[in-house]
Amino acid sequence: MAKQVMPGVLALRKVVDDVHKDAREAKKRGELVGWSSSKFPCELAAAFDLNVMYPENQAAGIAANRYGEMMCQAAEDLGYDNDICGYARISLAYAKGVRVSRKYDPETGEYIIDPSTGKPLKDADGNVVMDEATGKPKKDPKTQTPYLQLDNILEIEALPDGPEKEKRLAAISPIRQMQIPQPDFVLCCNNICNCMTKWYENIARMCNVPLIMIDIPYNNTVEVGDANVKYVRAQFDQAIHQLEKLTGKKFDEKKFEQACANANRTAKAWLKVCDYLQYKPAPYSGFDLFNHMADVVTARARVEAAEAFELLAENLEEAIKKGETTTPFPEKYRVMFEGIPCWPKLPALFKPLKEHGVNVTAVVYAPAFGFVYNNIDEMARAYYKAPNSVCIEQGVDWREGICRDNKVDGVLVHYNRSCKPWSGYMAEMQRRFTADLGVPCAGFDGDQADPRNFNAAQYETRVQGLVEAMEANAKAKEA
Amino acid sequence: MSINALLDEFKEKAATPKQQLAEYKAQGKKVIGVLPYYAPEELVYAAGMVPMGIWGSNKKTISRAKEYCATFYCTIAQLALEMLLDGTMDGLDGIITPTICDTLRPMSQNYRVAMGDKMSVIFLAHPQNRFEDFGLQFCIDQYSHVKNELEKIAGKEITKEAIWDAIKVYNKSRAARRNFVKLAGEHCDVVTPTKRSAVLKAFWFMEKPEYTAKLEELNKELEALPACNWQGTKVVTSGIICDNPVLLAAFEENNIAIAADDVAHESRSFKTDVPENETCPMMALAKQFAGIDHDVLLYDPQSEKNRRGEFVANLVKESGAQGLVLFMQQFCDPEEMEYPYLKKALDDAKIPHIKLGIDQQMRDFGQAKTAIQAFADVLEMSK
Repeated sequence: MAKQVMPGVLALRKVVDDVHKDAREAKKRGELVGWSSSKFPCELAAAFDLNVMYPENQAAGIAANRYGEMMCQAAEDLGYDNDICGYARISLAYAKGVRVSRKYDPETGEYIIDPSTGKPLKDADGNVVMDEATGKPKKDPKTQTPYLQLDNILEIEALPDGPEKEKRLAAISPIRQMQIPQPDFVLCCNNICNCMTKWYENIARMCNVPLIMIDIPYNNTVEVGDANVKYVRAQFDQAIHQLEKLTGKKFDEKKFEQACANANRTAKAWLKVCDYLQYKPAPYSGFDLFNHMADVVTARARVEAAEAFELLAENLEEAIKKGETTTPFPEKYRVMFEGIPCWPKLPALFKPLKEHGVNVTAVVYAPAFGFVYNNIDEMARAYYKAPNSVCIEQGVDWREGICRDNKVDGVLVHYNRSCKPWSGYMAEMQRRFTADLGVPCAGFDGDQADPRNFNAAQYETRVQGLVEAMEANAKAKEA
Repeated sequence: MSINALLDEFKEKAATPKQQLAEYKAQGKKVIGVLPYYAPEELVYAAGMVPMGIWGSNKKTISRAKEYCATFYCTIAQLALEMLLDGTMDGLDGIITPTICDTLRPMSQNYRVAMGDKMSVIFLAHPQNRFEDFGLQFCIDQYSHVKNELEKIAGKEITKEAIWDAIKVYNKSRAARRNFVKLAGEHCDVVTPTKRSAVLKAFWFMEKPEYTAKLEELNKELEALPACNWQGTKVVTSGIICDNPVLLAAFEENNIAIAADDVAHESRSFKTDVPENETCPMMALAKQFAGIDHDVLLYDPQSEKNRRGEFVANLVKESGAQGLVLFMQQFCDPEEMEYPYLKKALDDAKIPHIKLGIDQQMRDFGQAKTAIQAFADVLEMSK
């Protein structure tokens, strides 16, 4: 069945567009715009009506738009090692003013088209039109795009007003992730990783802006101890004090409570949407969840995000009743995808799965953003439990829970070159998945943002191996 | 004892941790392995046990640790696991695993899983927001956990008095090491880079009172020496660990001496004393951690300024060095993240530097040696 776009999905897209638009407009009005790590308690910033952008989400978008390599290389030119997280590299280049821009002819002002881009031209019957001179398919001019180059917004803004400034500004890629305003402050919570601490310190230094830091150290037990909660809770108070100083406003408790209510509602609706993957066949592909992450990250304290997820849940409920699915192939196998996807290589990631009828019906991101709490201590406890801040027992329990609930036949593990804390105990996890669930696992090397670290041939071989193991498992069960 | 005899003894101790572990065990002592960074070793000492630092190895190859780690992890952490798995450290009664970087976070889990019932694995998470009362309290809570676990191994309570005694022993050793670093810079003809490294490395393996007594003896001998007329050049070293004998020998071959260091395994680990004027010794230990500044691993609330980079640039100037050699540990993202601003501070201060990519499985030194040789020429011109 052809993929249909559900109204809930459209609503979710609008929410993210609005978050970006609001930030751009706020900046134009001279209001403060901040940058925040994805699991910083956004409820605090919402209590001050602050517009906040999310570099991780931005980097994922930039990578998915195929600009990851250019931006990563720009960061490397600034001295950041290519070993550093690809999101951090993209973000640091962006913070330094680097932008991906379209190349144009300075005399005519016309964009210069890159002949290697574009889709094959098709005739009225849908057949590919061949170029007789080269023997290769002709390109559809409508789908061709200009050459890309790097420019710098800080240099452009320093130019005197005039046509050159206008043209260079207009040439910057129009995708929303390339139009994010520079930060006036940064909000860092290192529950995901300690790289985040250094990343945000670097942004603060580059942009000479204040940094508000909430430190959530690694936890070695499934329970979050009272001492740990106390530490984080005290940092919330400190962050509130710092935000009061930054904005010149008093903390608005009512707005905070509303933001918490919205965030809980969003989290619950998000988890409900995730849970529809338990149905067999699933009403959608787990890969779609990756697309909705932007909403959970950038807008979870907005009521519109909660409403959009609730609408999507209704759509999915209906799809279940009708026995429909948006997965563009019959579901033969169900797997958990472990880790962040390789954003620059989503089609390459999807291709062999589609070929073998493998649907992703479980992703670790589902519980990772389902922050549900009833009071501020519980909120501190919830933020303590990010994927990379929990002990191996908790990490295994989360994953095995969704593997069981979502009835997976195997696990595909992304050894993400960008993410040391995530990949760090994955080998042991794989052993446990197989021992506890009796499902095969296959690992592949990749990267969340830098396409140079992904090898399609290796990935396809690993998927093939996983499919064979799942097939053997299924046969053994039948026997 | 003569200077050379003392230096030889430190060299011997630095090269034989396994033998020393066996000796401690033969004496009926309990031994605790301490992984990087900033574990409160004083508590181990106060429990009547011997702490031994675990900073990987230049002689081992990663094999068993591959069952736990992907390739892109710091070799210090991987080789620590290797030695825990291959029997080298079977004599240990426990290890302390701090988690201040992104490799040590998941590795704390791998160490715990891999050791099973073999030995106690004591978890430690330091606070980054460490200055305010709540940060100090969290640090005390974490150190209390370490203390409780150590008490279980030692089979006895760690008293306040014992902690104060340990604090004094450690502060004394820190002062001696700081003095040694200064004297080694002044008498770099006698204390070559290799010898300097061995003296500082031996600390991690020796019993502290014995180490400090020997080091004070060495310092006294060095103080008595006439001023050195060093004709070569001097550098400050920076990085996580700089104990590779081949690279240090390359310094010597090119008449490069070490004036001072900004190295985690060396000066960063002893530049901050534990305050002795607190009422509670646990608070004193927490305040010592809070007092550590200009560190790649730790959060700086004034991060909009380039304080660390400027601190290191000043260290180069004040120590009389002509340049800096950065030993960039492969896959160490805190060091990598701080490099662009360290470079900026050095460039602003017109201090030449080189960045040597290293790891503990490095076996081919041709490129690094050439870089050191070329840098020696640059330094000569900066004199």
